[in-house]
Amino acid sequence: MNDRIEKRIELKASVSRVWRALTDHREFGQWFRVKLEGPFVPGQVSRGQMTYPGYEHLKWEAMVEKMEPERLFSFAWHPYAVDPKIDYSKEPATLVEFRLEATPDGTRLTLTESGFDKIPTARRPEAFRMNDGGWTEQLKNIESHVAERP
Amino acid sequence: MSPRGRSRLAATRRAQAPVFAALGDATRLSLVAKLCRGRPSSISQLTKGSRLTRQAITKHLRVLESAGIVRSLRAGRENLFEFDPKAIDEVRDYLDLVSAEWDRALARLKSFVED
Repeated sequence: MNDRIEKRIELKASVSRVWRALTDHREFGQWFRVKLEGPFVPGQVSRGQMTYPGYEHLKWEAMVEKMEPERLFSFAWHPYAVDPKIDYSKEPATLVEFRLEATPDGTRLTLTESGFDKIPTARRPEAFRMNDGGWTEQLKNIESHVAERP
Repeated sequence: MSPRGRSRLAATRRAQAPVFAALGDATRLSLVAKLCRGRPSSISQLTKGSRLTRQAITKHLRVLESAGIVRSLRAGRENLFEFDPKAIDEVRDYLDLVSAEWDRALARLKSFVED
């Protein structure tokens, strides 16, 4: 099982244009469909309200991690934490990273969302913490076992 | 994100978090690995070769059972445990949904910066 999502797209726009669309909170809100309260600042929580018709009651919340101009923008969030009855702070957060690269035609954007396999560190036994590859390997094993079952 | 996708995500998300948590333990992961290799096993069989006590193994099996990863069967006087792939399949479906929502968001970004 994959513990991460990775997408790569080519955009016919300059790196600086794409960087602005990602990191200017108003521009981000336009394509992502969220109304953010203020600019993104590394180390600070970004809050807002979804603007998708019919879903305006849903909140957006993300911890901005890195903003390396025209290279990397990342935030941690609880993807689709939409049920008000659930305390998502106890669940693993995932890390969303946008990486930008200039190409002859514009910009190559790579999006990754990782950490679906993460759990609170306190609950991880020491042996596991020392062997980060083990988890993914194990899940791959489980997946192939599942696939082999009729 | 489409409204339908969002509500499906909300529903599947509820189910997947305990699965990740239950699997996030080396002992439980090895129990799952043992169970998905073979036939239903008793607690004694699963305790064999482990440094843990029968009680500890039983506790781990109950965690896996409550997350829906294994189920217990009664065979005479013994409790057997077997792997149930459904929960892990649901986790994979959840990732597929999140992935599809990113496809849509990135398509919106593309038209936003290229127009």
